[in-house]
Amino acid sequence: MDLGPHAAFIVTAYAAAIVIVAGLIVWVIADRRHLARALDELDAQGIARRSQGASKEKP
Amino acid sequence: MPVIDYANPSRFVALADRVLPWLMGATLLAFALGIWSAYLAPDDYQQGATVKIMFIHVPAAWLGTFGWVLMSAAALGTLVWRHPLADVAAKAAAPIGAAFTLMCLVTGSLWGRPMWGTYWVWDARLTSVLVLFIMYLGVIALWRTIEEPARAAKVVAVLTLVGAINIPIIKFSVDWWNTLHQPASVLRLGGSTIHPTILLPLITALVAFTLLFLTLHLAAMRNEIMRRRVRTMLMMQADARA
Repeated sequence: MDLGPHAAFIVTAYAAAIVIVAGLIVWVIADRRHLARALDELDAQGIARRSQGASKEKP
Repeated sequence: MPVIDYANPSRFVALADRVLPWLMGATLLAFALGIWSAYLAPDDYQQGATVKIMFIHVPAAWLGTFGWVLMSAAALGTLVWRHPLADVAAKAAAPIGAAFTLMCLVTGSLWGRPMWGTYWVWDARLTSVLVLFIMYLGVIALWRTIEEPARAAKVVAVLTLVGAINIPIIKFSVDWWNTLHQPASVLRLGGSTIHPTILLPLITALVAFTLLFLTLHLAAMRNEIMRRRVRTMLMMQADARA
């Protein structure tokens, strides 16, 4: 594909878009993993939210 | 199940878990179509191949403003209806809207240099989009500054609604003032001025990026609900130790 005399601007614009979108995806995935780990650790310590405790008490 | 039941965060998370894989699949499919049609799109008779920057710049601009409109609707949900997920939606949208606004500014500058002869000019459209980006950063900073989520939500909601004044300014800046930026060419009375061979890839890119925004937003909302669970459990742990 011939991008003409302004190829550097086109390629840089697409590269910037890829970096920003990849950054967003990595942020969402890393945040979820970090939070899931924190929840697991708290669960392992036997800490339950009120709603969890209430649901466990129900027959 | 009535729609109102999804206001319950646990039910919302269960719904998000079911919807997200489908949304991701639709996003990937739309991007495959978008990239293919952008590759096949002809050069513009005046702008040459730089018109390809439009396929990322216009969706980024649309989603930068869409993010703030979504946050404004959520702000009303927080202040008027006190919907339990409204501030979750607002907080999750802020970094995503900021990222797309940044993408709009960067790709716009890189398009402007070969077409206008400059990366930046302080005209109404460019400046109002820069103001939008700064407002996003302000909202993100405010969420991080106020520790109590319910209190932060109210303060952020007021700031968001005040900032919504900027959205029509961005949209109509090219009509109200003389700017280097071209006037509206996609959504305008009398129809689009873009040739179908370029308009179709643009619409495909708009759909793909919008699906990406919705996927990321749903995933970020699910994360925010988890963050609040962690916070509640840490507070219970601290109470138990006290």
